[in-house]
Amino acid sequence: MQESAEGRREKGARSAAERANSRKRSTQRGLPDRRAQRVALTGAIDVLKQTTLNRIHRAANARMVDFGGWDMPVHYGSQIDEHHAVRRDAGMFDVSHMRVLDLEGAGARDFLRHALANNVDKLAARGKALYSCLLRPDGGVLDDLIVYFLTDEWFRIVVNASTAEKDTAWLRDLIDRGGVALSLTVRDDLAMIAVQGPHAREKVWQVLPQARGATEPLKPFNAAIVDDLFIARTGYTGEDGFEIMVPDARAEALWNALAAAGVPPCGLGARDTLRLEAGMNLYGQDMDESTSPLESGLAWTVDLGSPRDFVGKSALTASAPARTQVGLLLQDPRGVLRAHQVVHTAKGEGEITSGTFSPTLNRSIALARVPRGVEVGEEVQVQVRERKLAARVVKPPFVRNGRVLVDK
Amino acid sequence: MNIPADLSYTSSHEWVRQETDGTRTIGITDHAQAALGDLVYIELPQVGRKVSSGEACAVVESVKAASDVYAPFSGEVVAVNDDLTARPEAVNEDAYGAWLFRIRPDEGSQPSLLDAKAYETAIGES
Repeated sequence: MQESAEGRREKGARSAAERANSRKRSTQRGLPDRRAQRVALTGAIDVLKQTTLNRIHRAANARMVDFGGWDMPVHYGSQIDEHHAVRRDAGMFDVSHMRVLDLEGAGARDFLRHALANNVDKLAARGKALYSCLLRPDGGVLDDLIVYFLTDEWFRIVVNASTAEKDTAWLRDLIDRGGVALSLTVRDDLAMIAVQGPHAREKVWQVLPQARGATEPLKPFNAAIVDDLFIARTGYTGEDGFEIMVPDARAEALWNALAAAGVPPCGLGARDTLRLEAGMNLYGQDMDESTSPLESGLAWTVDLGSPRDFVGKSALTASAPARTQVGLLLQDPRGVLRAHQVVHTAKGEGEITSGTFSPTLNRSIALARVPRGVEVGEEVQVQVRERKLAARVVKPPFVRNGRVLVDK
Repeated sequence: MNIPADLSYTSSHEWVRQETDGTRTIGITDHAQAALGDLVYIELPQVGRKVSSGEACAVVESVKAASDVYAPFSGEVVAVNDDLTARPEAVNEDAYGAWLFRIRPDEGSQPSLLDAKAYETAIGES
């Protein structure tokens, strides 16, 4: 038995540059005891970074994988059971591999007006969050991120793990070139636990009763600071819940308390099927530096309407995108949709960017980039091994808040 | 890791059981099902198909990846476990009970298989 090309690609190979980066960091930070070693395909010793909760995942017999250079749990037994726990009740994820950046200084908002494709002027109330792309001048997507408005001189940014070094360097360079006095601090002293599901908030309040007063009134996409905790009503699952930033030293106690309150640990496998059902993009799969946000289903996050100029704007307005992102629902049960499979449409060929088996729909779903003009409701053919399988074009999300939103 | 001593194995993670009628039954190992995670789709060969040693003749797909299953030796497929089409998760539950297909080996076919100890060593090294 051997994984097919599709399977291998899906695991996501890391670039040589990323591997070099992680080696460099580990030397600089000098924390070998926190890191696992492995032998890379090249034969060179490579180092995976570990979150502060790594020991707990291993003690729980989690299946661990290399995710963007981090040694992370993919599941603790059954990915599908973990998926259902989040849709039906609650589950928790260690997402400490994501990088928290604090941007501080008098010109923070002006800087973000220029740096981000979405408009930070939408952030008026303290604690309000905004999802945005970080673009290159040519309109390619450097990363997607969430920015929180805390004070006029303090914004908190959360970026992806695999792009953290690149993003940090990019933002520092933009700050330098702007000539403004801003500090950008990497908060690697914080762990992050996402508690997600219809009962997630109640479970968090059981464990952190002191946080209830400040976090119960929070609307989705808002955050509050409670002592040394940063609690945001955000997530990546399509369910209600919180993402909690907690000092490293207290992360294990919080994780154990949540487990004792009946919140099962869930791995990145379930996180991926949940986000795909929720129609959310994954950076590096559904968009990257070679794609425009306008052909990646992210036009709603790009503020082209205001007179504000931002990095990448002129490239995006220069020409209309030739491709568009759609959802696909497999009609034929003989296979599973996977990234890189070719999609045959009446308007030409496209490609699946993320595909999986949907535990909620009990059939395969995907996000795909196809020629513009392919319409919702159309039938297309996806090349799966030697067969062309019928799939229907749908508008994501597939599932939100436990409800199926597409017709099977 | 569960590696029954009475079965033979391949380095590509199939298990092989010698049947009294001369046929051999093939499945995927416990190690393989654990590596793949929850299985959601299994494609089996047609009964009567002639297969060569090393030929991909079945596909198992989990939530995260698709994998080929290879014929450990040349012969003819004489039976397949159709129950798996509706219940692919049976392989996760009992990898050695949930067989995939059965082959009658060609005359003179000399499969080179691993015993349980050799397979254990092989997966320890991988």
